[in-house]
Amino acid sequence: MEHTAELHHDDGSAVKEIWKVTGILSLLTIVELVLGFYMMGVENPGGRLAIKGTIVILMIAKAFYIVGYFMHLKHELKNLIMTIVVPLALFIWFITAFLYEGNSYKNLRNRYDPYKKAQTEIKVHKTEEVKEIKTTVE
Amino acid sequence: MSTLTATAAPTKLWGGGKSPFNVEYGKLMMWYFLMSDAFTFGAFLISYGTIRFSSNGWPNPNEVFKSFPFAPEGVHAPLVFVSIMTFILIISSVTMVLAVHAGKNMDKSGVVKNLILTIIGGIAFLSCQAWEWNHLHSEGAWWGANPFLNADGTQSSTNFTNYFFTITGFHGFHVFSGVCINIVMLIMTLLDKFEKRGHYLMIEKAGLYWHFVDLVWVFVFTCFYLI
Repeated sequence: MEHTAELHHDDGSAVKEIWKVTGILSLLTIVELVLGFYMMGVENPGGRLAIKGTIVILMIAKAFYIVGYFMHLKHELKNLIMTIVVPLALFIWFITAFLYEGNSYKNLRNRYDPYKKAQTEIKVHKTEEVKEIKTTVE
Repeated sequence: MSTLTATAAPTKLWGGGKSPFNVEYGKLMMWYFLMSDAFTFGAFLISYGTIRFSSNGWPNPNEVFKSFPFAPEGVHAPLVFVSIMTFILIISSVTMVLAVHAGKNMDKSGVVKNLILTIIGGIAFLSCQAWEWNHLHSEGAWWGANPFLNADGTQSSTNFTNYFFTITGFHGFHVFSGVCINIVMLIMTLLDKFEKRGHYLMIEKAGLYWHFVDLVWVFVFTCFYLI
């Protein structure tokens, strides 16, 4: 009995928290979309990279709110939080190493395989592309 | 006192007391399963990132994902359809939290109502994805076929479509499993299974899985459509 009484006492604030987090997630998504639309007009590579970085930070913030509040991890015991979060820290190495590797592979190939580099620089005309689609569909 | 220590089994390593995690076994295992699944998705997405970083050109997502159902051919509406899909999944995640919350209060009708809304959200998301796949396929895109050019107008490889269909397909399969799990939960609730057990902990585990599906979409959406 005591247990249910405690739950009912907590009821209003828990529901309020759910709606608050819903608002935050929607807001973050809208900001991401606004940045996505804004990026379409940005040509400067540095500017594009900065916007992409901001979008990734917003993505991590969304992940934090989903895991922390919707999946309730923030309200669990610290031991449990640590057994979940600490292994996931491997992703820091995982992402850094592999993206660095991909970029390095691109640079090395462009440097030592000029034929391949020239092949990837040939522009295809738009009209040709349309014809190509039609033939593959038919 | 002395007899008690004498009879204690010497092989027992942990004799109770405070529970280290204070959660039920099934819920803990669901967390570990989701962690392993996070590594699977992470490996897929990082592989995609590595290939993208190693390519000289890549298609512009705003040119590829620019269509909308029932819109005239050649419409240019990038990000619109996918943002609707994103919101569908966020809202279905919210109704799932509300179902879990109703379960904690032993409110059967609340659980049923919110589970039905979550299932509808899941089916709506799958329908959107089915439409998008069908549309891309009609444009000539599939595993091993990429009709789109790179953003700079050069010829694109099939890496783009291969990764897109593999990763969104794997995610879509998770959504499908989540919908099936939620339907089972709904049937069990309607049959008063949880009412008889005295708790709705099963809904919490299904909820964890469903939120994970939403979480993965946050990453897939960002990596494929936004950047």
